[in-house]
Amino acid sequence: MNRAINNLLTAMADDALIQGHRNSEWTGLGPIMEEDIAFSSMAQDKIGHAWALYRILQEDLNGSDPDRFAFLRNEKDYRCCHLAEQPNGEYDFSLVRHFLFDHAEAVRYGRLEQSSFAPLQPLARKLKGEIKYHTLHANAWVSQLCRAGEDSYIRMQAALNRCFPLALGLFEPPEEEAELVATAVYPGEKALQEEWLDRIYNILSPAGLNLPAMEDVTPAYGGRRGYHTEYLQPLLNEMGAVFRTDPEAIW
Amino acid sequence: MENNQSLDPRVNRLQLNVSGEPVVVRDGENWNVFEVFHQEKRGAHHEHVGCVHAPNAQLALVFAKEQFGRRKKCVNLWVVRSADILAFNTEDEDMFANNLEKTYRDASGFKVMEKINRYKKSGKE
Repeated sequence: MNRAINNLLTAMADDALIQGHRNSEWTGLGPIMEEDIAFSSMAQDKIGHAWALYRILQEDLNGSDPDRFAFLRNEKDYRCCHLAEQPNGEYDFSLVRHFLFDHAEAVRYGRLEQSSFAPLQPLARKLKGEIKYHTLHANAWVSQLCRAGEDSYIRMQAALNRCFPLALGLFEPPEEEAELVATAVYPGEKALQEEWLDRIYNILSPAGLNLPAMEDVTPAYGGRRGYHTEYLQPLLNEMGAVFRTDPEAIW
Repeated sequence: MENNQSLDPRVNRLQLNVSGEPVVVRDGENWNVFEVFHQEKRGAHHEHVGCVHAPNAQLALVFAKEQFGRRKKCVNLWVVRSADILAFNTEDEDMFANNLEKTYRDASGFKVMEKINRYKKSGKE
């Protein structure tokens, strides 16, 4: 049972850590100062979410120190999805990814408020406000950029087409998912994905954006089992560079 | 084309077209300045704290939250387009010049406590 919960929390935490790190790469380069600050601040929030989950792993499931766990694992031991690993590219891609990612977070944490695994309940309640802001921010940009002329609209639709199969990887079932569902830790990835599709449809549809048809796309699975894209290892090298110079240092 | 060598994307992205001429964005054409008002607790006044630059009111509010609502206590924010604020000209300051002489307009002259005490006393008897 603990192994199953461990897999779930590691996947959630690694998603937040890697996505947070990617988003932080925009710091200082955002399109305008106000957006730079908002996006950087949300990137910090995500690292905070990852830290909170690593702490639960440490305290309730005999895990290791959060910093060591975050920075010193081998690439194969990470459980993040391929969506988070992708390089930032243009801002349209980063924004659409942020939109899809944070709505998935909103759905997931919303359901975890009722988790039978007690430590997740207070965490889910605590993060609710932050995630609400993240989705508000993403929604505002999606509706603005879809009405900002042809070029802008085409770019948003193209970014959505590219992100969507990757985003389905957020809902790749973790190992031993059946056990987690049976014991009411959470409702399972299929249920979360259904709810997520409803949520994003309600924003994308008024913005005139079309979700690719499910039968035309292949979900980018593999991350939850340790199979990653070529982009993860260079990210890990950079993210852990300072920590690895002296893992025993006290900050 | 002579590109601006600044590393600040807001500067070097201004030269977007091939001829290298800066793109002119007229006041209010795409982006506006919005004044931000911060409320510290429910029922308190909203106080002016600064401004943000945004394409619409919704995004102004989104930006204001991170610019002005993330450090000290905040329960709500207002934003309003700076251009929608009507103000007096600075040279009309003389309209307010004699305020200090009109002390009879101050509320400090009312002796409310006397009345209250009298009322309390009458209740006891």
